[in-house]
Amino acid sequence: MTGPHPNLTPSVIFGLGFLYLILFCMNVAWTVRSYKKDGEVHLPSLLGGGHAPFALWWGLYSALLSMVTFAHFTGSGNPDQFLISLPDFIKAPIDALVADPRLFFGITLLIFIGIIVFRRRLATPTAGWILLNAALLFLILSMTDYDFRQIVGKPDNVPIVAMLFIVGFFTWLYFNRANENDERAAKGLPPKESENNEKILVWPDLVYSELICMIALTAFLFFWGVCLQAPLEEPASSVKTPNPSKAPWYFLGLQEMLVYYDPWLAGVVFPSVILGGLMALPYIDFNKKGNGYYTFNERKFAVSVFLFGFLPLWVGMIILGTFLRGPNWNTFGIYEFWDVHKLEALNNINLSEYFWGGFGMALPTNPLIREVPGIMLTLAYLVFMPQLLAATVFRTFAYRMGFLRYMVFSNLVLLMAALPIKMVLRWSLQLKYIVAIPEYFFNI
Amino acid sequence: MSVGDYIRESQIWKSIFRHPAPYDRRNRIVVVLTNFFLHLHPVSIKQNGIALSYTWCMGGITFFLFLAETITGVLLMFYYRPTLEWAFTDILALRDVTTLGIMREIHRWGAHAMVITVWLHMYRVFLTGSYKPPREFNWVIGVILLVLTLLLSFTGYLLPWDQLAIWAITVGSNMARATPFLGHEGPGYQLLNLGGYDLITKVSDARFLLLGAREVGEETLNRFYILHCVAIPLVVASLIAIHFWRVRKDGGISQPL
Repeated sequence: MTGPHPNLTPSVIFGLGFLYLILFCMNVAWTVRSYKKDGEVHLPSLLGGGHAPFALWWGLYSALLSMVTFAHFTGSGNPDQFLISLPDFIKAPIDALVADPRLFFGITLLIFIGIIVFRRRLATPTAGWILLNAALLFLILSMTDYDFRQIVGKPDNVPIVAMLFIVGFFTWLYFNRANENDERAAKGLPPKESENNEKILVWPDLVYSELICMIALTAFLFFWGVCLQAPLEEPASSVKTPNPSKAPWYFLGLQEMLVYYDPWLAGVVFPSVILGGLMALPYIDFNKKGNGYYTFNERKFAVSVFLFGFLPLWVGMIILGTFLRGPNWNTFGIYEFWDVHKLEALNNINLSEYFWGGFGMALPTNPLIREVPGIMLTLAYLVFMPQLLAATVFRTFAYRMGFLRYMVFSNLVLLMAALPIKMVLRWSLQLKYIVAIPEYFFNI
Repeated sequence: MSVGDYIRESQIWKSIFRHPAPYDRRNRIVVVLTNFFLHLHPVSIKQNGIALSYTWCMGGITFFLFLAETITGVLLMFYYRPTLEWAFTDILALRDVTTLGIMREIHRWGAHAMVITVWLHMYRVFLTGSYKPPREFNWVIGVILLVLTLLLSFTGYLLPWDQLAIWAITVGSNMARATPFLGHEGPGYQLLNLGGYDLITKVSDARFLLLGAREVGEETLNRFYILHCVAIPLVVASLIAIHFWRVRKDGGISQPL
């Protein structure tokens, strides 16, 4: 019999059938496309050898999907004996990976590096389609888990799931176009955007696409509004604090920073720095190349830094804050029940305690003297680090930017790096504050 | 003479549209120049600039969503009352009984979509290097519009007055009390005092300014309602106008220089 939190119910199985149906239709279309464009492959001798269209693989995969779809539509009556679901021996390691912020951040970082290193292989249509299929299959299979459905199915979280696919798609599209232009540049050709660039009249070519776009979007919004009800919880009550209390989803990256920095930094200073840094961007980037066309090779540093800020730090932290942070802001796996009583040991130590304790001394009572090591370290980071970088890795930047521009630039980079640095310090040394003067609410 | 031609030749039609139907090249140019709504566009445009895989259309979609939010928002304002007594019940009624209550769904999903499309617009502008000279300042305006979009969404989040609303706003606005110098739990607030009396207290700090009270309450609801429906949209609309105008003045939509 099904328990109170059943992984599979008849309606879930039937509903997932529709998702498989969509996936099946997508892959049928892709098989047709592949047949026209992808050429032929050698068949392994096991299958008789010879040549076959590459589309054969997609055709076989689509046929498999059609069977899975059929199984979902016909087998929904008997959830206990339904076999297509994510088994626990796969769920457990995935939970173990994502439920630890260290591993989660490490994974997002690896994905980010992987995207850049393997951009030529990943940004092809076939690789993109395989990735999309993998992501969708992962999502659909995960839906067979009760707890996963609870967190992903929250109405306000649906746009975030969609956003992950959209951001992934556009990142893929960027690298696809950038690779093409980079290859052209290597051959001495101008970017593709400059080729056949005739002037055309706005009426009808632009206004009609705008009109079609507007109609399609209106239809889409109505469709979305009919299918998914906007969330409305219990009436507001200032005494019943929900656990966890979360900010709106687009601020969850900032809320996640609260784990590592105090509110005055995570909630006020860093957001201001992010915005100031974005606004300063065009005045810092002195590279004249890559204006108005996609390229990676001509602006490696700028694009990498921006992607690092947008993908692992902004989108990655929103995922962490939305899907993995549960009661008491503890991390939970995506298939894990949000247990209010889950305990995580918190015994973090301030730098001053490390420092004076290391000398076997008691903490000085004067906070300024007590915090001397942290203050010196912070000052060194913000004042001397730029000089050090100017003499080493950022030598050409410092030379070409001029003093003021370089100082703004280096401080922005250092402040951006301050978050991952503090994360690593917290995870490795249980460091709580570098400077801790709670008397003046001045904790770093 | 066909009916269509009869209408297009009538005095009423001509008085409204001021030009013949855009069937030939000359009139396709004239229509863009003389129509108020179309004159945001140039007459002609480089064809690669409007290719979908290049431009992604995200700025345009964001603008469309802003219009959709304005229309659905005005309709919702006819119904919704921003008071403790009525706010939640009005939203409940929109969900359960009100004709065209789907406006709230469209408004909320449109708001989420707008946050995403505005990010993607910034993403595209960055990745094509379109912030580079001569478009630096328009990028700055764009960043401000991005912030205002987030603030529009944030202020609107409170209005349903359910648990989701007040606690999200409480978590968000709690940051304000840690504002350096201006929050009553921010570093350096003690520096702002007159003759030993703190100027920054629970009832005079940045958070109080935002909430209009010590806690999220009816004053906050009123404050956020005005910000959401009047103050921020006015600023956003003005900045959008400047943003579009600058696109034209700074060399048109982005293209290889």
